[in-house]
Amino acid sequence: MSEEHLKTTLKALKDRFGLRESELMKDPPTLVCEPGKIVEVSQVLRDEFAFNFLCELTAVDYWPEEEPRYNLVYGYYSHAQNVRMALRVPLNGDDPSIHTIEGVYKGANWHEREVWDMFGIKFEGHSDLRRILMPYDWEGHPLRKDYPLGYEEPQFTFNFDEIDKRKHHGRYEEA
Amino acid sequence: MDEPLEVNYKELQHLVSERALKGETVLLNMGPQHPSTHGVLRLLLELDGEVIVNCVPDIGFLHTGIEKNMEAKRWELAEVMTDRTDYLNNTGNNLAYCLAIEKLTDLDVPPRAQAVRVILVELERISNHLVWLGTHALDLAAMSLFLYCFRERESILDIKELCSGQRMMTTYFRPGGLWRDIPEEFEIAVRRFLRMMPERIKEYEALLTKNPIWMDRTRNIGKISAENAINMSLTGPVLRGSGVAYDVRKAQPYSGYEQYDFIIPTGTHGDVYDRYLVRMEEMRQSLRIVQQALDRLPYGPFRSNNRKYVPPPRAELGTSMEAVIHHFKLWTEGFNVPKGAVYQPVESPKGELGYYLESNGGNQPYRVHMRTPSFIHLQALPLLCKGHLVSDLVGIIGSVDIVLGDCDR
Amino acid sequence: MGIEQKAGNMGVVTVGLEQAVNWARTNAMWPMLFGLACCAIEMMSAQAAHNDMSRFGMELMRASPRQSDLMIVAGRVSRKMAPVLRRLYDQLPDPKWVISMGDCASCSGVFNNYALLQGVDEVVPVDVYVAGCPPRPEALIHGIMTLHDKIRHEKLNTWV
Repeated sequence: MSEEHLKTTLKALKDRFGLRESELMKDPPTLVCEPGKIVEVSQVLRDEFAFNFLCELTAVDYWPEEEPRYNLVYGYYSHAQNVRMALRVPLNGDDPSIHTIEGVYKGANWHEREVWDMFGIKFEGHSDLRRILMPYDWEGHPLRKDYPLGYEEPQFTFNFDEIDKRKHHGRYEEA
Repeated sequence: MDEPLEVNYKELQHLVSERALKGETVLLNMGPQHPSTHGVLRLLLELDGEVIVNCVPDIGFLHTGIEKNMEAKRWELAEVMTDRTDYLNNTGNNLAYCLAIEKLTDLDVPPRAQAVRVILVELERISNHLVWLGTHALDLAAMSLFLYCFRERESILDIKELCSGQRMMTTYFRPGGLWRDIPEEFEIAVRRFLRMMPERIKEYEALLTKNPIWMDRTRNIGKISAENAINMSLTGPVLRGSGVAYDVRKAQPYSGYEQYDFIIPTGTHGDVYDRYLVRMEEMRQSLRIVQQALDRLPYGPFRSNNRKYVPPPRAELGTSMEAVIHHFKLWTEGFNVPKGAVYQPVESPKGELGYYLESNGGNQPYRVHMRTPSFIHLQALPLLCKGHLVSDLVGIIGSVDIVLGDCDR
Repeated sequence: MGIEQKAGNMGVVTVGLEQAVNWARTNAMWPMLFGLACCAIEMMSAQAAHNDMSRFGMELMRASPRQSDLMIVAGRVSRKMAPVLRRLYDQLPDPKWVISMGDCASCSGVFNNYALLQGVDEVVPVDVYVAGCPPRPEALIHGIMTLHDKIRHEKLNTWV
C-alpha cells in the first residue's frame, strides 16, 4: 500500500510540475525541482499526498562548478503511509536565494537559518534570518568549498619558537 | 574581546514583544553557563513577573565544525568524529554512519555483527535515559536519583570497555561490521546487567512516579499537541508523549530490528509527565530487546569479507599477496565509496537521527550532514514554555532532553 | 624545640605558615560547574558514587564563579564561547586555579578547524592539563592530585 502511494505521488509530481528523477540520490526516491516551484510542490505534498513531516533541509556546495553551484536537499516523510521521499533543488552561485517553506512546515525555520549561516543561501520571506551557529559578527560562510578549514599548524621543534611568538597565550590579569 | 560589539538593536527588535520595549516586561539572560541548561545553551527570556512571555534560544556555543572537518578526512577516519556529536549516544551515531556507508557501497553485514550492534545500541539507549533521568531529577530537586543512575551507568560503561577498550567514544562499529569480535566475558556481563536492571527501574519509579511533588511539578507543563509536534518536525519521546506512535525501528527497520519483539510506548497529554513515563517504559523495552538479541546471538564472522572495504586479518598477510596489497591500499589511501547520496534515519534515544552522506567517488566524504533531533527540538522550546514559570522551564528543558553537542555539531 | 617543649601538653602545635595555608587551600577546593561537552559527563561520573570526588573536599560544584576557586574546563571551547570563558575566569576570586580537562581543552583534540580554540590556554592560564578523550574519572582525579601537589609546594612570595 505504501509503495503504491509513493509511486502515485512521484508520477503525479512528474506530470503536474515536470520534475525528473535524480540520478545521484536513489534512497529515498528523489526528484529534481526548480527553485521557483518549491513552495507549491511542498504545499501539494503536505495537503494532497499526506507527506506531513519535513525531516531534512540541507545544502551541498559543488564549487568550482558554477551552474549549479548549490543543491538544496529537502526530505519528506508521510506518517500515514510510512514512505519517504526527497527533493533536490539546484541553485546558481551568484547571490543564491529561494523562497522559504516556513509557511508550509514550521519546523523549517532553524534549518533555513543554518543553511544561510553555513552557505549564504538567502530565504525570502523568512521571519528571522540571522546567524545561528557562528558568532554574530562572523564573516564568511564556513561550509562553502572555497572557505578554508582554518587548521592550526603543528609545532615541531624546528618551528617551535616562531609559532610560539604568533600564538596567543592567556595571562592572569589584575582586574 | 578588544572592543564591545556594536549591536544594532533595530535588527533584533522582532525577537521581543512590544511590552518589552515599553518596559513592562523584563529581559533575563539565562546564560551559557547555567547549572540546569544541560550544556552551553543561552536563553533570552522575556518575563512578566515570573511568567515567561517569550523565550529565544541562542545556540552555537559548542559549534565544532564537524561537518566541514569530516570533509577533510578519509571515510574511516571521519567516523571518529561521529562519536563526539551526540556524546551520550556514541554507538547510535556510529551505527547511522556505518549504515549509510553500507547503503552506498552495498556491503553485507553478517548477522552476528547486526545482533551485537543492536545489543550495544539498546544498552546505549538505557545509558542515555539514565543520564536524562539523573539530570532531570537533579534539576527538579530529587538529588539522590543522580547518584543511583550514574551507578547503573557504570555497569554499561564497563560493558563498552570490554568490547572496545574505551568507556565512551568507542568507534566500535565499522563499515561492514564490528572492529573486533566480542570477548567471552561480554555475555556474562550483559546477563548480569539484565538480571539487576529491572529491580532498579522499579526503584526509580517507586521514588518518582506517584510522588506528589513530582506530579505537581511535571503535570500539565509543557504541553504540545500531536499536529503541532508533527509540523515542527519533532520525533522521539517528545512526539510519542503526544500520542503519535512513530519509531524508526518499527517504521523502517535496520540492522535486524524486524526480528525482535517490542512495543512503542505512547503518552496521551503531551506534557512533561507523559514524556517521563514514555522514557521509563522505553528502558524496559530496551531490556527486552537486549534479552532477545543475546539469546539468539548467532555464531559466525563479525565483519564483512569484502576486501575492498574491510582490511584482511593479520594472519592472512603472511600467506597471500592480495591481502598485503589490500592492506596497503586501505591503510594509505582508504577505500573509495561509489558516487551517490543517501539519507539514513536511525532511532536515537532523543529522536530521529539522520545522516545525509554524499560521495563523489573519492576516498573522502563530499558532504556529511547530521539531522540531529536536539537541533530541531530546541526550535519548539518557545512554543512549549509560553505562559509557564521560570521554574517550570527547567523541567521543560529537561524533558525535551537536549544535548548541545548534538544540537551545535 | 622551644615552644613545644614548654607547652607540650597544652595542645599546641606549630607548623610553618606556608604549610598551613597551602593545606587549607587544597583540602577544601570548590570547583565551578564548567562542563561544556563530553568531558562534562566524565566529570559528572567522577563526582558520582563510583569515583567520588567529595573525598577530596569537592563535595559541591558551585554554579556561581564568585563562590568557587577551581575551574575545570571540561570540553571543547568554541570561538563563540571564548569571551564567556574569559569573563568567568575574571570573576573567580583569588586564589584561583584552572584544570584543562580532556584533549579538546588542552589542544583542541580531534578537531583542528576554524570553529574551536586550539587549546584553552589561548585565553586563560592553565595549571594542570589532563589528557584523554574523554579522560577516565581516575585520570581526572590524578590531575586533581597533581594540582594539590603543585599547591602544596607554593611559596610565600608567589601567593596572590
